[in-house]
Amino acid sequence: MTKALKQEGIDLSFMSKIVSTHVPFSREDLIGSLQETQDHYGYLPEEVMDKLAELTSTPVALIYGIATFYSQFHLKPHGKYAIKLCRGTACHVKEAPKISSAISSHLGIKDGETTNDMLFSLESVACLGTCFLSPVMLIGDQYYGKLTPESAIEVLENIAKENKAK
Amino acid sequence: MITVTINGKKIQAKEGQTIMEAAVANGISIPHLCHEKRLAPVGACRLCQVEVNREPVLACSTKVASGLTILTESKELTSRRRSVLELLLSEHKVACTTCDADGDCKLQDYAYRYGADEFLFGSYQRKDEPILNYTSANLGIEHDSEKCIRCGRCVRYCREVQGVTALTFDGRGIEMKINTAHGRDLHASDCELCGGCIRVCPTGAMREKGAKGLGRKKDLVKTQTTCTYCGVGCQLELNVNPKTNKVVRVTTRPGMGLNDGNLCGKGHFSYDFISSPERLTKPLIRANGTFRQATWEEAISLSAKKLRKIRDNYGPQSIAFLSSCRCTNEENYLMQKLARTAGGTNNIDQCATTCHAPTIAGLASAFGSGAMTNSVAEIKDCKVLFIIGSNPTEAHPIVGLEMKKAMARGAKLIVCDPRSTWMAERADIHIKHRPGSDNMLINALMNFIIKEKLHDEKFVQERCENFEAFADNLKPYSIKRAAEYCGVSREDIKDAARIYSEGQPSAIFYTLGITEHSCGTDNVKNLANLAMLSGQIGKWASGVNPLRGQNNVQGACDMCAMPHRLPGYQKLNDPKVREKFEKAWGVPLPTNEGGRVTHFIEGAGSGELRGFYVMGEDPVMSEPNQSKVVKHLKQLDFLVCQEIFMSETAKLAHVILPGACYAEKDGTFTASERRVQRIRKAVKAPGVSRADWQIICDISTAMGYPMKYSNPSDIFNEMASLNPSYAGMDYGRIEKNGLQWPCPDKDHCGTVFLHKGDFKRGKGLFQPIVFQPQKEEPDKKYPLILSTGRTLYHYNVGNMTRKSGISNQKEKECFVEINSATADKHGILDGNQIKVITRRGSISAVAKVSRRVREDSIWMPFHFVEASANILTNDVFDPVTATAEYKCCAARLEVGAGL
Repeated sequence: MTKALKQEGIDLSFMSKIVSTHVPFSREDLIGSLQETQDHYGYLPEEVMDKLAELTSTPVALIYGIATFYSQFHLKPHGKYAIKLCRGTACHVKEAPKISSAISSHLGIKDGETTNDMLFSLESVACLGTCFLSPVMLIGDQYYGKLTPESAIEVLENIAKENKAK
Repeated sequence: MITVTINGKKIQAKEGQTIMEAAVANGISIPHLCHEKRLAPVGACRLCQVEVNREPVLACSTKVASGLTILTESKELTSRRRSVLELLLSEHKVACTTCDADGDCKLQDYAYRYGADEFLFGSYQRKDEPILNYTSANLGIEHDSEKCIRCGRCVRYCREVQGVTALTFDGRGIEMKINTAHGRDLHASDCELCGGCIRVCPTGAMREKGAKGLGRKKDLVKTQTTCTYCGVGCQLELNVNPKTNKVVRVTTRPGMGLNDGNLCGKGHFSYDFISSPERLTKPLIRANGTFRQATWEEAISLSAKKLRKIRDNYGPQSIAFLSSCRCTNEENYLMQKLARTAGGTNNIDQCATTCHAPTIAGLASAFGSGAMTNSVAEIKDCKVLFIIGSNPTEAHPIVGLEMKKAMARGAKLIVCDPRSTWMAERADIHIKHRPGSDNMLINALMNFIIKEKLHDEKFVQERCENFEAFADNLKPYSIKRAAEYCGVSREDIKDAARIYSEGQPSAIFYTLGITEHSCGTDNVKNLANLAMLSGQIGKWASGVNPLRGQNNVQGACDMCAMPHRLPGYQKLNDPKVREKFEKAWGVPLPTNEGGRVTHFIEGAGSGELRGFYVMGEDPVMSEPNQSKVVKHLKQLDFLVCQEIFMSETAKLAHVILPGACYAEKDGTFTASERRVQRIRKAVKAPGVSRADWQIICDISTAMGYPMKYSNPSDIFNEMASLNPSYAGMDYGRIEKNGLQWPCPDKDHCGTVFLHKGDFKRGKGLFQPIVFQPQKEEPDKKYPLILSTGRTLYHYNVGNMTRKSGISNQKEKECFVEINSATADKHGILDGNQIKVITRRGSISAVAKVSRRVREDSIWMPFHFVEASANILTNDVFDPVTATAEYKCCAARLEVGAGL
């Protein structure tokens, strides 16, 4: 994927914009600028991190270390809709694993993967902190609670439909 | 001081010390894995826990407090440490039987000491094929992630000591591993190949790839010696497997020498040349256009006979001796003795002429002594570093580390350099002046200092002379004029003047960017002026510091393998000095003028010089205008080269004598900071090659002046008896830490910094310097200024480092740095093969396009024989020392057709 993007060429001009909002740039600005970068590109491409390093005179290894430490950062292209499926204790006892396998077989991807059309990514998270909704998943900033395998798939189908309509 | 009790013993600790530091200072060891004294404590491994009032605390990150009662070993601590180790072992590939670190592994030691059970939490099982990682393709360093205990020493060393951050933690939790950014190959990352990650690794996770399977600790014999590359004088240990007579790896440790456990890539990795199959192993004699092997007797007697005959027939100016900064003090002493006794000529020189001769001449005329005034250990205490024409992180990396320490302690940094070096990019002020405009800049700076009354009047009055004439000369050098000529901002010059003169204290550091000009000696004199004017000399961490380029260039100068001086810089024409040496050597000293290496090359062309004895030098590669050098050397009646490799000069020789390299002989090197240190024999020399001092003795004897010494120590003692600065030294006294000259008698403990109270010559001499432009100014046809220099990964003519796969992998070909604006004008893209042309010749190199150099300049290294920068350089010389103008000549670029 990265290779393909390289051929198409990623527009790096956004990086100067980000850096220009953090003057003077300090190490404390790194996480914030990585978040802004990810918001813009959808993930953190290699050449984007290199550019950030170059523009801010920061060792690229330091940026890479931060990007790989936090689970919120993605180094590979990520689905437009990130499904964060709760695997916490409450959800687990309410059969979250069944929902996970239903979503997996519906989308044809495993945990941590992205669909070929780049629409969905599936990732299990430890706890969403909304046990009263268990079993629960978070897509964007919308929670979907008290799921069954069927209702979970319905949610996904609806999102796909809406996306197509747009 | 704080009193604490450790293991029932009352000890004194310093305020602010950690428990670990206080314990170590009192000879008490506490087990630890992630702690390293050069790194900030992180408390990650939990092994250093000790009991304070029965509570466990981490010794590495807990400060001492008055009245603490500390227990470093107890039943409870043993049990806790055992558990920590058992957890670590569950993730560690316990493969001690095939591990190069067997016997040299802290994890193994502690597991044994605390009886840790490697199977308790399930032993590590490898499931997959060998894991490929960022070191898989690298030739120098190998990281085995399955042996890594994630103590983070390598990552922290890379960041905190080396200042690089090529390594990082990738991911977190159980899956965290050490990696480069994006897992790139190490040699394609920011890594500088210093080997620090290997030296700090407590297990076998980071190791030298080249040492794999060649011997474990118990198989290896360590010999402490001095590094053979630059003039910093790092101490290291050659680890030799006696069964194979091979250097397996290089180690060092904190506390061993001024490098304090640090090394650069050349010191750590570039030792493969020692056992290179290309080493010369037998004497060779030219026959029918090629070389045939010969016996020592034949080669020595032929060389001696030829040199002797030429001298007898054509006089003392017809033969010359070129000694070597690569060789020991003893060998340099003998070479100049050979020239002046058996040779009967003052035609003796060495490669300082090529580099730092202007330092000797310039500083000696100003202060009375031509050497680094301060010591490496003082650098971290400088408050202002004034670095001009010097790129310490590449050419003198360990001095660079000390400067980084000073910077971390808040020192201000002024860098005057036409290139944006590592230091320049981090400087408070970077004056990116036009190559060759140094004196314009310094004169204006000093003019401003006097005008603003920033100078140290008391120092100038009490300790210096000739101030009026000097100040008079500065008048035409205004800030405006300098800023325009040098192409820099006026404010920067003013700020630099203020910061330098007000520093408490400031020190000047310079290298070949100052000396390798046709006005090199003037440049040096002017830096001396600047230091005296501001009173920034003669005290701790303050002075004028030339960083010497070669391992023993300081020593070769001290031995005075040069035409006009005798060992210890004693004047050749002083009757008392002559008498002393004539008495000691038993022959009258020659009276001819003598010349420098540059004169020898000229003389070879004109026919004045007919016989030439070259030891450990490669003038074809190192002298400017290469085609001319080759043409001239070919005209010699007789050329003998003493070498470890078939150098470009040796290819022209009539006789080649195979020498032993630094790892194969005993002797001493004198480091930049005037420290005389031992080198020690670690391996046998290849074939029948011999130590250079033995060869010189044989040649001398065969020439009719018998020389016999049983070992280098005898030579040293003879030299010390004649050289007042070394008089107090002998092998016994320098055995452990070396000694810094002047060391006039056996009770003297050496001199840390020079010119305290008085200058060597009495009063410091201000010398008015008139700015002289470079000899070959850029013009329409050749519009750019070409400078040449050194890189981090290679060394000088490349004879040694080019044989190292590791250095070559990092930097395999010649390149030329071009400013992006210049490149645009020429239509050159980064990575293009282009041609660099001067009036002397042309070579092809890869374009490196960046903002590193100025628009009016280009820069290239001179390490590459296939694209030798000295084909291009200009053979114009400093009038005092005959040093060539390597840093400035006019050049142009050509792209496209015909390449």
